[in-house]
Amino acid sequence: MSTEAQQSHQVPEPDEVTEPWWEATRRRVLLVQRCAACGHAQHPPRALCTACGSARDLDWSQASGDGVVDACTVVERAMPGFRPPYVVARVRLPEGVLLLSNVVTEHPHDVGVGDALRLDWRPLPDGRALPVFVPSER
Amino acid sequence: MSTSVAIVGAAESDLGVTGRSILGLQAQAIGRALDDAGLTLADVDGLATTGVSRFSATQVADYLGLRPAWTDSTFAGGSAFEMYVARAVQAIEAGQCSTVVISYGSNQRSARSRSLGGVVESHTPEAQFETPYGPLYPISYYAMAAQRYLHRYGGTRERLAEVAVAAREWALLNPAAFRHGAGPLSVADVLGAPVVSTPLTTADCCLVTDGGGAVVLTSLDRARDLRRPPVRVLGYGECTTNTSMTAVDDLTVTGAVESGRAAFARAGLTPADVDVAEVYDSFTITVVLTLEALGFCGRGEALDWIAGGRIRPGGDFPLDTSGGGLSYCHPGQYGVLLLVEAVRQLRGECGARQVPGAEIALAHGTGGILSTHATVLLGVDR
Ligand SMILES: [Zn+2]
Repeated sequence: MSTEAQQSHQVPEPDEVTEPWWEATRRRVLLVQRCAACGHAQHPPRALCTACGSARDLDWSQASGDGVVDACTVVERAMPGFRPPYVVARVRLPEGVLLLSNVVTEHPHDVGVGDALRLDWRPLPDGRALPVFVPSER
Repeated sequence: MSTSVAIVGAAESDLGVTGRSILGLQAQAIGRALDDAGLTLADVDGLATTGVSRFSATQVADYLGLRPAWTDSTFAGGSAFEMYVARAVQAIEAGQCSTVVISYGSNQRSARSRSLGGVVESHTPEAQFETPYGPLYPISYYAMAAQRYLHRYGGTRERLAEVAVAAREWALLNPAAFRHGAGPLSVADVLGAPVVSTPLTTADCCLVTDGGGAVVLTSLDRARDLRRPPVRVLGYGECTTNTSMTAVDDLTVTGAVESGRAAFARAGLTPADVDVAEVYDSFTITVVLTLEALGFCGRGEALDWIAGGRIRPGGDFPLDTSGGGLSYCHPGQYGVLLLVEAVRQLRGECGARQVPGAEIALAHGTGGILSTHATVLLGVDR
């Protein structure tokens, strides 16, 4: 799967809660929402902390870009805007959250649970970008 | 414990490829279930349904010419009907209404209305953070759960296929099943079917059919004067966990843990008391995860536990005796048909697939992407 193969899907406009997260993608920075009151990290960003309920103490931290495959599947059936086969994965970040993403690789069937990943980006037409992952070199 | 409410009527609509409308199938199922109970529309003062329109219960009430004193259209995917049983029991026990119809109808196969990506609402977090990556909805989520499960417990695709193989064995005994005439399914057939989202093939996935059903509930006191032997509602429980594909930390543990625990506690029963189980089989993996969560076997043990024919006809744990969503009928939200089959088993009406002497049945619905879980325990009136 090439990065260019999956690009026609429309990504909705951010809302008031998710806008900082999406704006950071213009600088190719992956943010994780974190609660300053209790330390909880959560994704997707929300208007309150699901651990302590605080709506006032939500902040952002920058992800390192490392990730590990929690679970993944190779999609073999065509969806509009996507060219199978491609890898959909739950990616666990050391920052304490799971992201749904793609693992971009020429060998989709070789991706498995526990594989180390590195952050990459898939540009969107409006200047934002989707965080995707590639297999780690080591 | 237990409740003072019973199911007194149960019926399917036409199934398979019907060429009928949603409301036509609804009316058919409701009419047949009321006939079964020996009741008429004039007796109905409570209505619960989903999958018709934004105002589902209102729509069906209007269509039937009813002005119900109680309705419910909780939208929770395939488990909604098991949730409706709980709410109907509460409404009847509280005196808000006396006779409830729970119904469903779908013409998704005739209308070709099913999409691989599911229905995405653009204002939801999933539309921003998940849909752009192209997961099939709901299949890719169950596929990831299967991959994670097989990885963690060292299970194989071959052993997971037993769920689909057993479902087909039951369907061969059920003349109403979509795959009744299809012949047996082998493990090789399941693994050799086209892959949809690894490790799941089309044979791991429920059917896409038309269909529907209805059940009628009233107080146990009244039920004892009606045409059919009452089927008592012994217990119920539910748990709602996620819409996102990343909200649940461990894909192998579902909300059926909580829904089952609540239902068994309310009924004063344990898993060992269940004679026949109708467990939502949207995918083969759904059954594996649900059996473990409900406590029929331990974590990571389900593939061992179901091996050797235990869940097939003649086995010691009769499961999905209609042939299930995998081989009988799957009209989008299948949960109402779990109830219909459980009722029929307890009444001894199931012919070649009858579980001899079944007195306690479990119906467990699962909706969305392992999102909603609802357990109902039913029993004969002793
Ligand atoms: Zn907090």
